[in-house]
Amino acid sequence: MDAASRLTTVALVLVGFAARASPPDSGGPGDGWSSEKQAVHVLNRLAYGPSPASLAEIESMGIQAWIDSQLRPAAIDDRAVEAKLAPFRSLQMSTAERLATYEPEVKLARQRGLDPADPETRARLAEELPMGALPRQMGAELIAARLIRATESRRQLEEVLLDFWFNHFNVAAQKGAVRWMLASYEQDALRPHLFGSFRDLLGAVAHHPAMLFYLDNWMSTREGFDLGALRRAGAPVPKKLAEGGKLGLNENYARELLELHTLGVDGGYTQADVREVARCFTGWGIDRPRQVGTFAFHPMAHDRGEKQVLGRTIAAGGGMEDGEQVLDLLTAHPSTARFLARKLAQKFVADEPPPALVERLAAVYLATRGDLTSVYHALFGSTEFWSDRAFGAKTKTPLEFTVSAVRALGGTTYGDVALVKALDGMGELLYRAQPPTGWPEVAAPWVNAGALVSRINFALALTAGRVPGTEVRLPEVARGAGASESVETLSRAVLHVPLSAATRATLLRAVAGEEDRMPDGETRSVDRAQVAGLLLGSPEFQKQ
Amino acid sequence: MRRTSFPRRVFLKSSGLAFLGLGLCPGFLRRAVAETTRPRRTLVFVFLRGGADGLSIVPPVGDPAYPAARPTLAIPRPGAEGGALALDGTFGLHPALAPLEPLWRSGALAAVHAAGLHGATRSHFDAQDFCESGTPGAKSTEDGWLNRCLQEIPEPRAGAFRAVALQGTLPRTLRGTAPAVAVEGLQGFRLSGHERLDSFEGLYAGAVDQALRSTGQEAFEALRAAASAELSARPPENGAVYARAPLARRLQDTARLLRGGVGLEVVATEMGGWDTHVAEGGSTGQLAGRLRELGEALAAFARDLGPRLSEVTVVVMTEFGRTVRENGNRGTDHGTGSVMLLLGGGVRGGRVHGGWRGLDGPGLFEDRDLAIGTDVRSVLAEALAATLRPPDLGRVFPGFTPSRVGAFD
Repeated sequence: MDAASRLTTVALVLVGFAARASPPDSGGPGDGWSSEKQAVHVLNRLAYGPSPASLAEIESMGIQAWIDSQLRPAAIDDRAVEAKLAPFRSLQMSTAERLATYEPEVKLARQRGLDPADPETRARLAEELPMGALPRQMGAELIAARLIRATESRRQLEEVLLDFWFNHFNVAAQKGAVRWMLASYEQDALRPHLFGSFRDLLGAVAHHPAMLFYLDNWMSTREGFDLGALRRAGAPVPKKLAEGGKLGLNENYARELLELHTLGVDGGYTQADVREVARCFTGWGIDRPRQVGTFAFHPMAHDRGEKQVLGRTIAAGGGMEDGEQVLDLLTAHPSTARFLARKLAQKFVADEPPPALVERLAAVYLATRGDLTSVYHALFGSTEFWSDRAFGAKTKTPLEFTVSAVRALGGTTYGDVALVKALDGMGELLYRAQPPTGWPEVAAPWVNAGALVSRINFALALTAGRVPGTEVRLPEVARGAGASESVETLSRAVLHVPLSAATRATLLRAVAGEEDRMPDGETRSVDRAQVAGLLLGSPEFQKQ
Repeated sequence: MRRTSFPRRVFLKSSGLAFLGLGLCPGFLRRAVAETTRPRRTLVFVFLRGGADGLSIVPPVGDPAYPAARPTLAIPRPGAEGGALALDGTFGLHPALAPLEPLWRSGALAAVHAAGLHGATRSHFDAQDFCESGTPGAKSTEDGWLNRCLQEIPEPRAGAFRAVALQGTLPRTLRGTAPAVAVEGLQGFRLSGHERLDSFEGLYAGAVDQALRSTGQEAFEALRAAASAELSARPPENGAVYARAPLARRLQDTARLLRGGVGLEVVATEMGGWDTHVAEGGSTGQLAGRLRELGEALAAFARDLGPRLSEVTVVVMTEFGRTVRENGNRGTDHGTGSVMLLLGGGVRGGRVHGGWRGLDGPGLFEDRDLAIGTDVRSVLAEALAATLRPPDLGRVFPGFTPSRVGAFD
């Protein structure tokens, strides 16, 4: 057993002890909950909501086995979804291939002698060129793939974690060359490390051109770096770059690395630390961002002086390893442990997570040197996760709401434009969160009048079959069932929680209105689409 | 159809902060609030997110330190090619803001320079948070200053559109116990199954989640009001033409709400894209593009309203300014002081307010940023005194005593 796995074991024992040390009435995970309630809770948090298939999966495997399997997604057979994604060409290319295949509209306009600054021209170009040749095709495929996976993948926890870590390490498609780099960012930097060590994840992100471009680090050089002088001295510097004059430090990545990726804003760093970290990362750049788009370290742009980061000296004369040292330092910092623990607890337990849980998760993080699966394991085994206070306590983000609605009705999707537009209308534009904070995880920003109306409209459209490319199956009700029985059946199938008396009365009134309009006085079975629309638009379904 | 199903104002409760702020409202502001009988003006708050570069928006073209600090970014002096529009001996207006020049000349538009928030940070997230909560340094503040102002002037019978965020999410500024709705735009704000409105209203009235319950009630009331006033159908007036850009659309919706007679008192909206670390540009380029969008939107709004502009006050601000010296990438990094723009009723226009202390010596903060000459809260307090007139501004900005800026009549 190596040192790391020994530490993992120690940490797990500690967590187990913490669970036993909790009040006697809380017992083990999910005690006192029906197995359906346990399954619904787990699917609401570790997945994009219950679907008939996922409920059946848990029923046959048992809840703990299902959770364990989700923590090892590579072993889950997901060929059906992979087959569905196979036609998305842009997702299988390298960044360089994407740059060559999907040329920017601006470039295409210039080739045709048109003014790229004119919006009319750009609109005309979009009409003239086949959609498949335009950069926006990449965005459409990327978003569709994300929605298909979220809805249909059996590796549900991986999809939930991808969303979490993408927002944590947010980059935005609308910034320059980032959109050609997004597919690689997701596949190469994020996905391979979701269940691994935080240091690997952080390193993969720090090295990725999408992040280097988004937070401007590729432009950051030692102060006074003079490309013109280099060219005059005979270095192979392109003329255009050489004319750019002297370059220098850019703080953007360094600041967000400390504030958002690791320590947190109150994690104990100063403005001086920001500058010193920026100096450490000078030269971390991109090989021709609009032609090649891979990581490149430029030794000549690197500041080789001594640096002081968080009280530690980084010796003069270093190169790329200066940045690696900073990442090591940040990974091991207790502020990072606490910051990540709090965010994960916020994601999986409650918007205001219990401080004791955060402390325990931070301890696991430190004891395992940032092994993420150990932290997840501790989280999903905690009494806080399985508490009545946590059940249904989170408000769904627009992505969670949209996908969970499709899943609740056993639906499938191609992630077409109608679904994407609905999501946009609720305020969550996938891959286009402009600030480095990404899309928020907590409820407050998402709960407002306009977004609520958009959610209700989506519920009505989905159940009426008005979301092209996305299909759902309405739950069956027994033949000849009365209104009350039908409403009960449908709400159990969609919400999985008993209806309050007031909600039941409202639903029955809505259904009764239909019956009143019957000309022959006969009882007609209830309009299932209508009831399902009300249920998906109800406040109960906004929670998870 | 039931018109008003629920007493939606029952959620109004006094803010916990109310007790902290007593006695911090200076006399000049108390008088401004008390000594008038005119109806309240509508306040439109536009937040530029990302840290807008005040030194390019209202450049100190008369300060010799300015072009020296910004070899590639400085806006040239008035008269030169791409030069600033002359405002006074020291300042000019960015040429992309040309649509606003007539409003400056007519005295409807003013600027406050070297404005910022003391004790703030260079983190976007924190700085925005503090600007919106109005309590720099205090992260636990739950509500925003604009919401606290509304709490100070409760209107139990106000309509759903009294306080509106024209953006996808309710900003921190408007969060709090006073009701406020957020809608991205009036055009899409309708229920596709209008006959279901009563049913959904019933469902949300019974919601266990308090935020969903109150938001539901606000939403359904607003839907009814929007439908009955036919808000989304109102065309612009006075020959105003709005560009097809987000801020223009939002200000057009503001004008629609004002004309719709729905009791609008507060609008909060935002515009992004100000974080110009790389290739910021001078008279043209990245920042100029954002400013053109801002200037055109405000000018169209002023034109649309015509004389009714005097019933409205627009405040434009950002979370922090940018470094005085340009960085190594022909951009600027996060700084401190920036500029505010004030437009409309009550504004003492045609001048740059705030004491200017230059770009070096006392005007330079930590040898890199524009030092704060005027706390933004002093300006916001004056704006509130000129518009919503809360009886106790000390509760809106607890623990803060505004200084006199003189930006409003």
